Amino acid sequence: MPGHPTPSQTVGPFFSLGVSWIDADELVDPGRSGAVVLLGRVLDGSGAPVPDALVEIFQASPTGRFDPNAEERWSGFGRCLSDDDGTYRFVTVKPGALGAHSAPHIDVSVFARGLLQRVVTRCYFPDEPDANRADAVLRAIDDPAVRGSLVAVPDGEGLRFDIRLQGAGETAFFAW
Amino acid sequence: MSRDELIAATTALDPPYDWPAYRSSALRCPHRPLLTLPAGPTELHGPVFGHHRIDPADADLTAQHAGEALGERIIVTGRLLDADGRPIAGQLVEIWQANAAGRYAHGNDQHPAPLDPNFTGAGRCLTGGDGTYRFVTIKPGAYPWRNHPNAWRPAHIHFSVFGRTFTERLVTQMYFPGDPLLDLDPIYQSVSDAARPRLVSAFDLGTTTPEWALGYTFDVVVGGHLATPVVG
Repeated sequence: MPGHPTPSQTVGPFFSLGVSWIDADELVDPGRSGAVVLLGRVLDGSGAPVPDALVEIFQASPTGRFDPNAEERWSGFGRCLSDDDGTYRFVTVKPGALGAHSAPHIDVSVFARGLLQRVVTRCYFPDEPDANRADAVLRAIDDPAVRGSLVAVPDGEGLRFDIRLQGAGETAFFAW
Repeated sequence: MSRDELIAATTALDPPYDWPAYRSSALRCPHRPLLTLPAGPTELHGPVFGHHRIDPADADLTAQHAGEALGERIIVTGRLLDADGRPIAGQLVEIWQANAAGRYAHGNDQHPAPLDPNFTGAGRCLTGGDGTYRFVTIKPGAYPWRNHPNAWRPAHIHFSVFGRTFTERLVTQMYFPGDPLLDLDPIYQSVSDAARPRLVSAFDLGTTTPEWALGYTFDVVVGGHLATPVVG
């Protein structure tokens, strides 16, 4: 029925059947210049890992483009199923700037059993303090702890972006 | 804003995060109000999947193994549309489901119903120029789950679709008309009265292939999701 959007329903516990055919946790070759590991854990309100989360990311190319032909094999899309420890892991590159008041960012969706619709958040980069200060989305958030939940932290292997669905340190989630 | 107000505000189209009747939501639902994200370039673009290898055979779930899948063969078809009713061409539709006995071919499914070696229950396709998708599959069975005493999920097929933009990404479930379990299912019931019928496919004699398979139609309309921002 046009004009009547179809409601969301949970992805349930068995989605790996339908979505794991895409091997999309590496958006770029790990050996490529500028390749960065983006990893984190999805955690529930008790701090327990969410071992059955579907994490998807979408981002601009390093030159700030979305055209799939902008760069060889560039899709801007990543998909990873969390493991028993709730951990997801991507290999990607920092996206290019998208305007004066927009710091480099990656859009993140999390689907899981127990979530009747996805949660959406954004991952910003810790080595962009000036751009982050000027970013319109970050600036609109008064609470520094909430703002901080959107910035990845350096980790031994790359960048860590934990996603806390509920409770202490709850990640900021968005609607539009 | 109170939790009740938060629930009410996000119930407009999509189900709320906090839905006590669905036990698994208790520790996974965000408690803080959603923040408003002004849609920028990242939100107004989306992935395209034309370069992925998608075989037409991926849309026939009954023919992925050496033998015939068991159960009631059905055709499920419809269009992927945006909120203005415009077709979305060339985008990815993924489905997964239980077999005719109500069992998923997944290691974590403990329901003591038989697996079908000739049915995996996963398919995918790209929409055609008019937004059409079409799958041949088996009507899934109902199955028990442990949400509450004597809980049974109505027969359903999981749908994952991509619109043109990140904001149009949608995962949902398609149900079958007349299923008595719909009234008892907290997942289906999490959607407002007005929107529930949009989750139910329609039996269609025109789609039905004589002497072969019943046909069901199910349009998927994307857009408007997470579009009722609750600003805290």
